[in-house]
Amino acid sequence: MERSREDGPEPPPLPPEEPAAEQRGRAAAMEDCLLKKIEISVSEAEKRTGRNAVNMQETYTAYLIETRAVESQTEGQCSPVDSLWRRYSEFELLRNYLLVTFPHIVVPPLPEKRAEFVWHKLSADNMDPDFVERRRIGLENFLLRVASHPILCQDKIFYSFLTQEGGWKEMVNETGFQLKLVLELKNPDKRFTELKHYSDELQSVISHLLRVRARVADRLYGVYKVHGNYGRVFSEWSAIEKEMGDGLQSAGHHMDVYSSSIDDILEEEEHYADQLKEYLFYAEALRAVCRKHELMQYDLEMAAQDLTSKKQQCEELATGTVRTFSLKGMTSKLFGQETPEQREAKIKVLEEQIHEGEEQLKSKNLEGRDFVKTAWADIERFKEQKNRDLKEALISYAVMQISMCKKGIQVWTNAKECFSKM
Amino acid sequence: MEPESGEAAPPPPCAEPPGSPDVLAFDDDEEDLEVFSKDASLAEANPFSPLIPTSPLSMINHYKFEDEPGLRDLFITVDDPESHITAIETFITYRVATKTSRSEFDSSEYEVRRRYQDFLWLKSRLEEAHPTLIIPPLPEKFIMKGMVERFSEEFIETRRRALQKFLSRIADHPTLTFNEDFKIFLTAQAWELSSHKKQGPGLFSRMGQTVRAVASSVRGGIKNRPEIFMEMNDYMEIFTQKINLLDKISHRIYKEERDYFHEMKEYGPIHTLWSASEEDLVDSLKGVANCIDKCCKATEKRMTGLSENLLPVIHEYVLYSDILMGVLKRRDQIQAELESKVDALSTKKAEKDLLREEIGKLEDKVECANNALKADWDRWKQNMQYDMKSAFTNVAESNLQYYEQCLASWESFLTSQTVDLHLEEDSEDRP
Repeated sequence: MERSREDGPEPPPLPPEEPAAEQRGRAAAMEDCLLKKIEISVSEAEKRTGRNAVNMQETYTAYLIETRAVESQTEGQCSPVDSLWRRYSEFELLRNYLLVTFPHIVVPPLPEKRAEFVWHKLSADNMDPDFVERRRIGLENFLLRVASHPILCQDKIFYSFLTQEGGWKEMVNETGFQLKLVLELKNPDKRFTELKHYSDELQSVISHLLRVRARVADRLYGVYKVHGNYGRVFSEWSAIEKEMGDGLQSAGHHMDVYSSSIDDILEEEEHYADQLKEYLFYAEALRAVCRKHELMQYDLEMAAQDLTSKKQQCEELATGTVRTFSLKGMTSKLFGQETPEQREAKIKVLEEQIHEGEEQLKSKNLEGRDFVKTAWADIERFKEQKNRDLKEALISYAVMQISMCKKGIQVWTNAKECFSKM
Repeated sequence: MEPESGEAAPPPPCAEPPGSPDVLAFDDDEEDLEVFSKDASLAEANPFSPLIPTSPLSMINHYKFEDEPGLRDLFITVDDPESHITAIETFITYRVATKTSRSEFDSSEYEVRRRYQDFLWLKSRLEEAHPTLIIPPLPEKFIMKGMVERFSEEFIETRRRALQKFLSRIADHPTLTFNEDFKIFLTAQAWELSSHKKQGPGLFSRMGQTVRAVASSVRGGIKNRPEIFMEMNDYMEIFTQKINLLDKISHRIYKEERDYFHEMKEYGPIHTLWSASEEDLVDSLKGVANCIDKCCKATEKRMTGLSENLLPVIHEYVLYSDILMGVLKRRDQIQAELESKVDALSTKKAEKDLLREEIGKLEDKVECANNALKADWDRWKQNMQYDMKSAFTNVAESNLQYYEQCLASWESFLTSQTVDLHLEEDSEDRP
């Protein structure tokens, strides 16, 4: 499936199983997303200072979210604008909540957390006005996309994010969504667990690499550019020198050439950085596949658990023995036994449920095995692709370095000749 | 910063050998004689100022050839900094070791310990004795820019090198090398030097002369600065500007290279870290890490080259530019003295004969000073040209080595990778 980088890699959405009535209702609601009811914008950004979790002073940017009811215009009446301030970390919290709560939905991405991987030309400062402006637009975009999504827009937490100033954070945390981030599995496929670790490592190491590469590029830029000053001063100095003049002047010219050569060199390196970045995002895609497996496995294990307990119940009813303590069992002892007819009925229901459950479990198992088979085949394919691509990228990096060295040798050979003529 | 000694010593008998080094022919005795002052008033001279060799022959034997180290007979090193702590102060002394074959030295080897103050003393003595010669610069007393502590290793090493340069420049100078104070500086034990220092004219008398000299220059400036010194002045103004800029630029380059070096140190190891989780890419990643480390080391070498070769040279010439401006001023002052006496002659009625005598002496003095400066200026320019040429050629060479080292490591990495690729392709081709 074609994935654009801006949207981030996400698993293909699976339609949840739901009864027909709800399906029809959902179709109707698709036309009726939140954006039809309210206008949303992120209109302003402001610098704030405050104390963080460890009581250290920090500076951050707060964004103003404005909402206004879209009413049919009555005599040119303008509905009042509600607004509240949110910072980036709250947007992140919202998105994480949505990711966990709607695992089958492609949740829209947020703009970059930090001005990462950028070097000299672009500011690496989160407080830089250009960065803040780009982020403001990105955040507005995020809200609009969520609000126009038929399912996501109906979420109450999302709505309160837009409208409820105080206590929103507590509300989100009370949903307990963070617990669902890590599913406890009894029998996860070890390969997927390893894959998850691998993708975490891959993401972490590539981020680090890109960050340092950007800093290295920045410093290299500085070294080259300062040499340009030599060009100017040599030229001015050569004016007062009779014998040294020519040598100085021409050496100065080579210093200019040297200094301006860095622009192309670093431009080329950006392509290399992009190649690495792609695998940074691929790491997320890998994680998504692992997560899918986790969900399926979780589902499977829950179903199996349910089946086991039903079978147990059935057995207890049939044999009249209570193997495990149950409140029901106690109350029936206290308040009187059921009639044999009642018990028969219960057993019958349970047996039906057990039969259904066993069918479901069988199909879930098949599904799971299929998934693992296809997924793992694709992961193998991905691994080969990754190895090829990264090896090629590293080679192209070496080629770039070689070209840079050769240019340097040429310039300094020329300069040396000029100096020797001084 | 080296203090500008505007003082004009009591008119020392003019002793400087004339002309640029290329005029140092052994048969130019007659020209030498003209240089000698008609006034042999040695009595007025400071007993410790340079004694004029009275015979032209002995003068000839003392000519030095700048760029022919084979003819050098005086070698000086400054090393072994040692720190001394007393109740009042802490200071550093350096070992000054001299090796010489000159006859006027009692021994062929000397080893003494000197502190910065002693060097300052020597410099001011030389300036006094030769107001219009270009006395080499001393390293600064303090470093204002950069947080270099007074006794940091870096500071001490930089200073040590500069002090050695200072002494070797004096040793190479055709006139200064025979200065008596210089000899004493190189040979006297600590107590001998102290007592010798005390015997010089008092600090206050020297200061008095400075005041007088400044006053005379303020009184009217000079009327007819000769063309050649106008040119020198114009040149020095621009040179000063440019050399200061070069100093800033060179320091900035060093700083940028150092920052680059620090980032590179972190860059390589990340690839090694990555290779731990990529079994199929271990060779490639470790190869890149290895190359980056090599480039990192090469950068360090390049940085060191800069700080050892270029920066000290440029800095010395920054100091030189101040010195030269000072020398030009002192020459102007000497001329100003003459001009004020000439003016006095036309205005005063009495004492005309005395004035005429004084004017005669001053005319000699001016001519001497001018010739001395001219010769030394040519010599300085030649040295400057040579020093700049070698310093910058050095920089170019250092950069070439840097790029060649980096090229070699990346090329060998590339070879290893493409060899692997060919091997892989071959193995795929096999049935």
